[in-house]
Amino acid sequence: HSGSSLRIASAALKQGQITPTELCQKCLSLIKKTKFLNAYITVSEEVALKQAEESEKRYKNGQSLGDLDGIPIAVKDNFSTSGIETTCASNMLKGYVPPYNATVVQKLLDQGALLMGKTNLDEFAMGSGSTDGIFGPVKNPWSYSKQYREKKKQNPHSKSGDSDWLITGGSSGGSAAAVSAFTCYAALGSDTGGSTRNPAAHCGLVGFKPSYGLVSRHGLIPLVNSMDQFYHIFSCITKGPEAQNFIKSFIPILFQFCVFTSSYKEYLVPELSSEIQSLWSRAADLFESQGAKVIEVSLPHTSYSIVCYHVLCTSEVASNMARFDGLQYGKLTVDLKKNTKNPLIHHPFFSHRNYENYFIKAQKVRRLIANDFVNAFNSGVDVLLTPTTLSEAVPYLEFIKEDNRTRSAQDDIFTQAVNMAGLPAVSIPVALSNQGLPIGLQFIGRAFDDQQLLTVAKWFEKQVQFPVIQLQELMDDCSAILENEKIASVSLKQ
Amino acid sequence: MAAPVLRWGCRGRRWALACVDGGSCYRRGPPTGSTCDRIRGQSSVAQQPLHTAQKPRKGEHKWAAVVGLEIHAQISSNSKLFSGSQVRFSAPPNSLVSFFDASLPGTLPVLNRRCVEAAVMTGLALNCHINKKSLFDRKHYFYADLPAGYQITQQRLPIAVNGSLTYGISAGKERGQVIPKTVRVKQIQLEQDSGKSLHDDLRSQTLIDLNRAEGQLRVDANISVHHPGQPLGVRTEVKNLNSIRFLAKAIDYEIQRQISELENGGEILNETRSFHEKLGCTVSMRDKEAKQDYRFMPEPNLPPLLLYDATSLPTGADPQQVINIDQIRETLPELPSVTRERLVQQYGMLPEHSFTLLNEVGLLEFFQNVIKETRAEPKKVTSWVLNIFLGYLKQENLAVSESPVTPSVLAELLDLLDSRTISSSAAKQVFEELWKREGKTPGQIVSEKQLELMQDRGALEQFCYSVMKDHPQVVMDVKKGNSRAINKLIGLVRKATLNRADPAMIKEILEKQLST
Repeated sequence: HSGSSLRIASAALKQGQITPTELCQKCLSLIKKTKFLNAYITVSEEVALKQAEESEKRYKNGQSLGDLDGIPIAVKDNFSTSGIETTCASNMLKGYVPPYNATVVQKLLDQGALLMGKTNLDEFAMGSGSTDGIFGPVKNPWSYSKQYREKKKQNPHSKSGDSDWLITGGSSGGSAAAVSAFTCYAALGSDTGGSTRNPAAHCGLVGFKPSYGLVSRHGLIPLVNSMDQFYHIFSCITKGPEAQNFIKSFIPILFQFCVFTSSYKEYLVPELSSEIQSLWSRAADLFESQGAKVIEVSLPHTSYSIVCYHVLCTSEVASNMARFDGLQYGKLTVDLKKNTKNPLIHHPFFSHRNYENYFIKAQKVRRLIANDFVNAFNSGVDVLLTPTTLSEAVPYLEFIKEDNRTRSAQDDIFTQAVNMAGLPAVSIPVALSNQGLPIGLQFIGRAFDDQQLLTVAKWFEKQVQFPVIQLQELMDDCSAILENEKIASVSLKQ
Repeated sequence: MAAPVLRWGCRGRRWALACVDGGSCYRRGPPTGSTCDRIRGQSSVAQQPLHTAQKPRKGEHKWAAVVGLEIHAQISSNSKLFSGSQVRFSAPPNSLVSFFDASLPGTLPVLNRRCVEAAVMTGLALNCHINKKSLFDRKHYFYADLPAGYQITQQRLPIAVNGSLTYGISAGKERGQVIPKTVRVKQIQLEQDSGKSLHDDLRSQTLIDLNRAEGQLRVDANISVHHPGQPLGVRTEVKNLNSIRFLAKAIDYEIQRQISELENGGEILNETRSFHEKLGCTVSMRDKEAKQDYRFMPEPNLPPLLLYDATSLPTGADPQQVINIDQIRETLPELPSVTRERLVQQYGMLPEHSFTLLNEVGLLEFFQNVIKETRAEPKKVTSWVLNIFLGYLKQENLAVSESPVTPSVLAELLDLLDSRTISSSAAKQVFEELWKREGKTPGQIVSEKQLELMQDRGALEQFCYSVMKDHPQVVMDVKKGNSRAINKLIGLVRKATLNRADPAMIKEILEKQLST
């Protein structure tokens, strides 16, 4: 099944090569095998099997609901799922079972998708590592990939053992890991500052964030209402199914040579790895060679976006957290500090005293940032091309040397301006780094021009032919890993 | 409020909030201690008679009190302001609560169109400027009956501003003189209300009902005192007053309390007080503490509310999708002040009468129906409706709709009076009979009780003549110039005619006969 995309699975189901139940069982078994990745908080085995059964009936009767019928998917644990615990990886909502489905979840279920489980995240989606939830950090499957292991062997300085596992990025790391490890074919994440394009890039996946307002946020437990958007992550862009669900019918069109741009200046920060910078450059060259016009644009207010985001984010977050007093649902608590780990909650920039100075100013800066994009698109640009992350996935031990907030501030630099402007964006895996780890690049489109954006991205994806993660050894020898997290040697098979 | 306050209201209900202040208004100095700006006005002391007014000490400046009212009124609609939950009286606790009302995470507000229309209507009726763009905000504080930890309101830019209400005060030297007064309406805003808290002292617990409260008006009064010409004083807020009577009492008490406090060298704290109904005084609700910071923030899930009028309406706009202020204005019923003015002009009644007619439910309609059916003069009708009819209603505590006398019946009675078939006193007798609900018409009662006035002038002249003949002394008194003596003669004639003569006619005949 290596490299199987959603489309291939869907075709197989339609042709009867595999039944939904078999597919479901396969994924459930993979979930068990990869449990150490900690990608799932809740595995909804019974629910999924029942859904598979119903899907099977439909296929037998020739009444399949569409391309998603019988396809296993996973949902980040900050989306409400009816009857299934939704925790946001926080003690505040431990034991909370919502009585309704988030709209996007409902839409997926209406298409016949199988819900495998709820995936792990940074607590309340605050973070860029998927390391700060109460259920522990998520491990990047690429830590165990052949590609990475082999490169590591070659490096005399590398530590041995599993203690060197890599983060997925965050906050939707669980969803990314779940897809990357083949436990499902697509997953829902949420994205407020890039916290799912980030793990998509780190896990070698496609992560797509639609235009703000295109799809309902009903049922997504909010972080920053004015920037939250859900996100889907899959192994590669497929046309039709997921797009049909969420946006107007996605007609595959020939890639029209469009004006393309590579926003360069402000994003060329010193922390950007030279490898990514070089890939970025080569990608631009690729488009140019195909007849697209590639120019450099300036987004002058980018340097303020981190700090602006910080003010607005903390203000909205503090407001959205106000309901978690434990009286209606969740854990009863007087001191919110004790029950959430992230100190982000306690910075009321919109206190009466500070409102003018901080909150309003930040909103004004936000407008300027959004206008940067508007100006760029108005000057004849169709799509923007940027890196997604500063570097490839880093080892957990290195990541935790700084606190999550600092990390977010750094890592979100390419992604969060997009949330502030409400634009559609997609991260495409491009190539492996010298260390054998995925690197992704980000495409940004005009508001509500999601269709064109995906078309461009799909073409690019075809060109780069990103390699499939090789986890075969991991799958075959999972028992060793389950028992002993410290692998003596990365070479499991000769 | 940092300290828990006994607030009651209803979850997610539709409330409009009008900030009203009294008399002429101006803003002096910075508003003290409030995150909500309020323009306070000076209520001239003459306007509100302070029954318990304490005379200022000799040499002291006089005091002026400033009162601002915050009125919470429930909008009449089928569902709540931001959710589809039904609105119903006396439903079991927590039976009308949607996921949004319970503040389940992930739920989003959806604005109720009917509530916006109602707010616009209210704004127009109060002569406000309707803001074509208004915004929603979150007002944060912690209390058990506010599940989300914040309330959605309109603090920055409400739906209507700068209105006024003209009303009348019965004052002045002449009876029936009404002095018009105007109160300014600072703003009208749509806001969500909290649930209802029920304190169970027996079990030391508080129960929360997230349905809605029972359609009441609730008023918070803001009161301060100062010397005219000086900056406004520190204000206190008296919360949750639910009757006009208590509102007046609380304000009066608080004004006095503040004056006494200041005259004794004390100071007024910017605090919240509640009104103790039995004791008739206000009490502080909490200890001295930092003022509440509500941390207002724009509500990110509700975009700006845009309203249109005939000029700004986009062409081809779907009427379901837009609200047209001009269209709403056309649907407004005649406003009370206009009606009153019309009544005064059309029927020549006193302004005071127009107020009474409008203040009783159904009375105006009753009045107008009588007018339609009777030949009698409007002034007669006014007098009968307001004095006799209303009097009987009040005596038995009946509503107009419960009256045993219908407009048609009263019209018939007034016709009999107008045609001089019966006398005024006879008519009152008939009315009393009609009230007994025996189903008889005025005509029937008149004939049964033989109340018809004598129509035969000749016969009446005969009566007068014989009475005068029998009482020469009285006649002598009249001729001497004693004006009261004639009444005695009238009384005698009436008695002789068994009260079936029109006193006015008797008098006329007597005078004629006396002059000869």
